[in-house]
Amino acid sequence: MTVQQRYRPSVDDLARVAVARRAGRIRSLVIAAVLIVVLAALAVVALILGDRVVAPGDVLSTLFGGGSGGDRFVILGLRVPRLLLGLMVGAAFGLAGAVFQSLLGNPLASPDIIGISQGASAAAVGAILLAGWSGLAVSFAAFGGAVLVAGLITVLAARHGVAGSRFVLIGIALAFLAQAAINFMLTRSDVRDAQSALVWLVGSLGTVTSEELTSTAVGLVVLVLALALVSPRLRMLQLGDEAATGLGVRVTPARLVITLIAVGLAAVATAAAGPVVFVAFVSAPIARRLLGGTGPALVVSALVGALVVTGSDLIAQHAVSGLQVPVGIVTGIVSAPVLLVLLARSNRSRGTA
Amino acid sequence: MLTFARPATRTLGFIALLVVVLLSAGASLLLGSRSIDVTSVLDAVFSRGTGSVEQMVVLDLRVPRTIIGLVAGAALGLAGALMQGLTRNPLADPGLLGVNAGASLAVVTAIAFFGVTAPSGYVWFAFGGAALAAALVYAVASGRTGPSPLSLTLAGAATTAVLTSFITLILLRDLDTLAQFRFWSVGSLVGRDVSTVATLAPFLVVGSVTALLLGRSLNSLALGDDVARGLGQRVGLTRIVAGAAIILLCGSATSLAGPLVFVGLVVPHIARRFVGADYRWILLWSMPLGAALLVIADTIGRLIAPPSELEAGILVALIGAPVLIALVRGNKAVTR
Repeated sequence: MTVQQRYRPSVDDLARVAVARRAGRIRSLVIAAVLIVVLAALAVVALILGDRVVAPGDVLSTLFGGGSGGDRFVILGLRVPRLLLGLMVGAAFGLAGAVFQSLLGNPLASPDIIGISQGASAAAVGAILLAGWSGLAVSFAAFGGAVLVAGLITVLAARHGVAGSRFVLIGIALAFLAQAAINFMLTRSDVRDAQSALVWLVGSLGTVTSEELTSTAVGLVVLVLALALVSPRLRMLQLGDEAATGLGVRVTPARLVITLIAVGLAAVATAAAGPVVFVAFVSAPIARRLLGGTGPALVVSALVGALVVTGSDLIAQHAVSGLQVPVGIVTGIVSAPVLLVLLARSNRSRGTA
Repeated sequence: MLTFARPATRTLGFIALLVVVLLSAGASLLLGSRSIDVTSVLDAVFSRGTGSVEQMVVLDLRVPRTIIGLVAGAALGLAGALMQGLTRNPLADPGLLGVNAGASLAVVTAIAFFGVTAPSGYVWFAFGGAALAAALVYAVASGRTGPSPLSLTLAGAATTAVLTSFITLILLRDLDTLAQFRFWSVGSLVGRDVSTVATLAPFLVVGSVTALLLGRSLNSLALGDDVARGLGQRVGLTRIVAGAAIILLCGSATSLAGPLVFVGLVVPHIARRFVGADYRWILLWSMPLGAALLVIADTIGRLIAPPSELEAGILVALIGAPVLIALVRGNKAVTR
């Protein structure tokens, strides 16, 4: 423990802190701007490419109300919805991962590890294999599964306050239970049905409907607004519960609200596209390493998540001609090596990460 | 609550634990969808048999799965304890090192591209895949001083994600492979080849002995790298040796029984609950605890819905998850 001292920072020190803060803010603005430019470029490419390649000029005129009937159908009916869903799902996963990881202070605390994705998956696989559901009904089942698991974790972890690692451990236990249920259903079902369940299990943007798009958008807007309201408290909670209390945060309710928002983000995204593998886990570490800081890095995490999903979906659609790969396969193959390279580099430069 | 904090009671507790292992092995031989009385089981085991159906059931079905359960469970429990000590992370599971994903990808490759159909043919693929994946994770996570706990965990999760993506890619394109693979990947003790235990025995023995000798090193490692170094510990060397032992143990267990999760995570927590934070004892206790957990899970799986069975991998989760949750809830020390 540090000795309490009456310390007055000199004017010099304060100036240095201000300069450092401004440099950090400029850096994160620059990085966010770069990410947005890259995202925009990807979006344009995503609208141009496909079985029917549309010229950039025609894309623009179609977007602003013109264009031929065929172009209108391909772009407004197929590519724009898919692109929007990818952006929203990616951003939601990126945010959910970033919030969980900073709230619980553990890099393993992303929804794909603490059981929320598995709960959604078990419910969805059950809906597909046992009840024979499809489409929007599966999405609702997934949402319910995610919320159920999150509720169970919160209830079971609530003892002497909801401590971070207790939350994560109980989540992992429930993840294994859900995974066992999935394995059970996969081995007992017809192998063809198992394969279609597998497509859902990796996450795909292939079958987007306008209802899905609307419900995802509404959910996302509400949750992002709520997150923006509580994000200052998240920063304070990161300093430790005592420090946060000292700063006037009521720790337990604040934690609960932030957890609910993160669960909602993960559940909305999973319901829309399936548990797109690894996006929630990887976005915040990549964002934090880009920024070089330790804060929650919410905006940049969301951008990284959107970038990972959109870029991966482009690759998934066009890398192998004639073969549509679910986006979740590509996110794993693409984003995990990025994390590995970042890790290897930071290990070389610092000795240990 | 019952604890075994003093050395004398720890030894007594360990002996009691061995009795539990023996009892669970006995139950595994005795119980199943066909009820067989004790004398027939004893006759079969001590080969006084007359070749009756009962004795064949015991010898050909129950003895192999009991042996595989004991060996794989002990190896996984020990590897899990080693892993948690090495990474100083109570959430660490051998699976996080990429072991299960590596073994799974190798087995999928064996089925899809080399036409291997029998589980006994998977063994070397599984072992090689597990070892390669773990070595890759280790190499990526290692800086100049060996891997830090955080980068090891992240690298393991990342590697698992890549490998799982490739597995899914193959499975989505190849229905026959999926049909076979799903029964291997659920983690079961049925239909595995018991002679692989003998084949893998050298790896298992070397891995176990090495692991058990590392208790003191893990104890000082638990105080942090700097303190460990101050105590005269060669941290980098410890990490490499422990990593090699984990690879041997997990690779063998996964080759034997498939990618069984959760044993390695939950067993060290149970051990810690009884013997405290001393890794010499946690390691020692984790072996019989893992063996008992897996064999009991397998036995219950046989009894729960006769005549069909639930795989051990599923039962381990059904038993292990509530145990872990209860342990976590009861432990006030688990905070941030």
